[in-house]
Amino acid sequence: MLEINNLHAELESDAEVTILKGLTLSIKPGEVHAIMGPNGSGKSTLSYVLSGKDGYSVTAGSAMLEGVDLLEMEPEERAAAGLFLAFQYPVEIPGVGNMTFLRTAVNAQRKARGEEELSAGDFLKEVRATAKDLQIDADMLKRPVNVGFSGGEKKRNEILQMAMLEPKMCILDETDSGLDVDAMKLVADGVNALRSENRSFLVITHYQRLLDHIKPDFVHILADGKIIKSGGPELALQVENNGYADLLAGAA
Amino acid sequence: MTALDKIEVKEGVDQDTVDAVTALSGNYKYGWETEIEMDYAPKGVNPDIVRLISSKNEEPAWMTEWRLQALTRWEQMTEPTWAMVSYPKIDFQDIYYYARPKSMAVKPKSLDDVDPKLLATYAKLGIPLKEQAILAGVEGAEDMPAEGRKVAVDAVFDSVSVGTTFQAELKKAGVIFCSISEAIREHPELVKKYLGSVVPQSDNYYATLNSAVFSDGSFVYIPPGVRCPMELSTYFRINAENTGQFERTLIIADKGSYVSYLEGCTAPKRDVAQLHAAVVEIIIEEDAEVKYSTVQNWYPGDENGKGGIYNFVTKRADCRGDRAKVMWTQVETGSAVTWKYPSCILRGDDSQGEFYSIAIANNMQQADTGTKMVHLGKNTKSRIVSKGISAGKAQNTYRGLVSMHPRAKNSRNYTQCDSLLIGDQCGAHTVPYIEVKNNSSRVEHEATTSKVDDDQLFYCRSRGMDEEEAVALVVNGFCKEVLQALPMEFAMEAQALVAISLEGSVG
Repeated sequence: MLEINNLHAELESDAEVTILKGLTLSIKPGEVHAIMGPNGSGKSTLSYVLSGKDGYSVTAGSAMLEGVDLLEMEPEERAAAGLFLAFQYPVEIPGVGNMTFLRTAVNAQRKARGEEELSAGDFLKEVRATAKDLQIDADMLKRPVNVGFSGGEKKRNEILQMAMLEPKMCILDETDSGLDVDAMKLVADGVNALRSENRSFLVITHYQRLLDHIKPDFVHILADGKIIKSGGPELALQVENNGYADLLAGAA
Repeated sequence: MTALDKIEVKEGVDQDTVDAVTALSGNYKYGWETEIEMDYAPKGVNPDIVRLISSKNEEPAWMTEWRLQALTRWEQMTEPTWAMVSYPKIDFQDIYYYARPKSMAVKPKSLDDVDPKLLATYAKLGIPLKEQAILAGVEGAEDMPAEGRKVAVDAVFDSVSVGTTFQAELKKAGVIFCSISEAIREHPELVKKYLGSVVPQSDNYYATLNSAVFSDGSFVYIPPGVRCPMELSTYFRINAENTGQFERTLIIADKGSYVSYLEGCTAPKRDVAQLHAAVVEIIIEEDAEVKYSTVQNWYPGDENGKGGIYNFVTKRADCRGDRAKVMWTQVETGSAVTWKYPSCILRGDDSQGEFYSIAIANNMQQADTGTKMVHLGKNTKSRIVSKGISAGKAQNTYRGLVSMHPRAKNSRNYTQCDSLLIGDQCGAHTVPYIEVKNNSSRVEHEATTSKVDDDQLFYCRSRGMDEEEAVALVVNGFCKEVLQALPMEFAMEAQALVAISLEGSVG
């Protein structure tokens, strides 16, 4: 599904700052991978570079989604190709109804893929059903995108978008940040409901606790722009119990 | 009823939009007439009529002179023809220039003394002339805290102001809010200093006519450092037949002051077109801010273009001091023909002008509207967001000027104009004029994106929208925010406008 090979990236504004220093990762269809790492290890940069945010330049390496070069594409092309990033800090868009936003996005992707646009009726039906599972009420669908949403509401809204856009490769960037246990469980249930053999996940997180709810197949430790250790779910527990210090020391 | 039910709707036009346009322009709710005895000046315009209007208003000699000067100039001018509107030639001698309810012959001492018929008229329009905290007919208003929701109203009926509410309370804050005729009598020093200083007598054909024959209007003065304690508003009602309404509004925001002002306007359905030629002048001193909102809902004429108001209006704000700010918001749904360009003179350094407009034209309506942003001072900023929506056989033109003068270093403008055609017999036109006379200023067009927040754009694009679609979505959202911020007292319409999307927009 996603093949990242020897990825190097630096800040466009400051070429002195290299953030990713040769990251290699292979995710197969249906797999859930978790990337854990201390602050500043490059976790969020990875999600931005993959989704095409301005401000980073890739100096070496590659990232392929189902054999197609992601890095050559515009952000919207990556989205249409099946990539989805659940933002750590979902952006507020005043004046734009959540429903309008979703429908515009869904239809933009369908159009890009040469599919017919979803009719208003079908869209409404689907959105209502999906929203219900995520305990997103009608009011939240009408409100402007993320404006005045609580932390939990914002993250549930990300998952709602994910569910409606039906991506193949989902990246969750610190989706657990700012959530209490109940909110996290709700979000995790939403994600778990979307797990399938054709859909892969990359869960980026600082803490192990999210991985109690979204059980990963593989866990990778990211430090200083590289994956320094990979393993199964037990690796996350090791971080939980001993922190990153041991792992970092081991790598050095 | 002017039916939009039968209207042709092109494919791809959002149904909510069609519904909103239908609701707004389908059925003119304010077309009824008040039966009331009126005093008219003889038809036509000449020095005697001007003197008569001046004497009815008990004006000092200098004011009469000023009017007569204007009339002399006007007689030498010709009607402008550059606007993209067409209408039968107006016979300016076949119009009543002054019409006053008989009961207003003796000025009412207080609102309690105002003719009950007039009070009933405004009550029916949803503008009761009582000093109540909120105006009737505002959805959800009862849930709002009464404090801060007060609205003072000056009610203009044909040629005269029939009353102004909350004057005493405003006076406590130092704010003067009264009819312009009262201001000419009571505050001649202010009127003399500022009248005609933003829109000169000879500015244009209609403004010059207005300078000669204006009969009433509103006057606002906010003293230095005062934040006006409530919204101010004027409600214009044309009732009399064959009568033109020529009102004049003068707003002065002294240093560091703030005021939000709203005007609304309606007229009965009549088969003969009527002229409305107003002038609004706003003076904004250093660090002061004025928000001026208009909900224009004059009778638009019937579906065959019979009747309706010719709305030929000159509105201009002069940001005289540094860091002065002005924001024009207009919702234009009425009038048979509109000719109107609320403008900003950005004279003070770091001053800012904003113009937000939504113009909906249906049936045979014609609108030629836009703004002028004249950048004179350094680091001045302006923003123009205009939406034109046309249905039926209507023609909707955006006409705008952005001018950066040599001294206006590092100034910026952002303009976005969208038009939506509902149906295939209407028209939309965009006529932008741009003059840049220095090399450090930036004029940005709708296609550029630097004013839109990068994070918002990336968020939209990461969900699959292309850049253009993302910009349009974010800017439209912004525009809706502006509409929602409109004081809603007069504007149930504006709430409906929020439903409008420009999906299927033609650029």
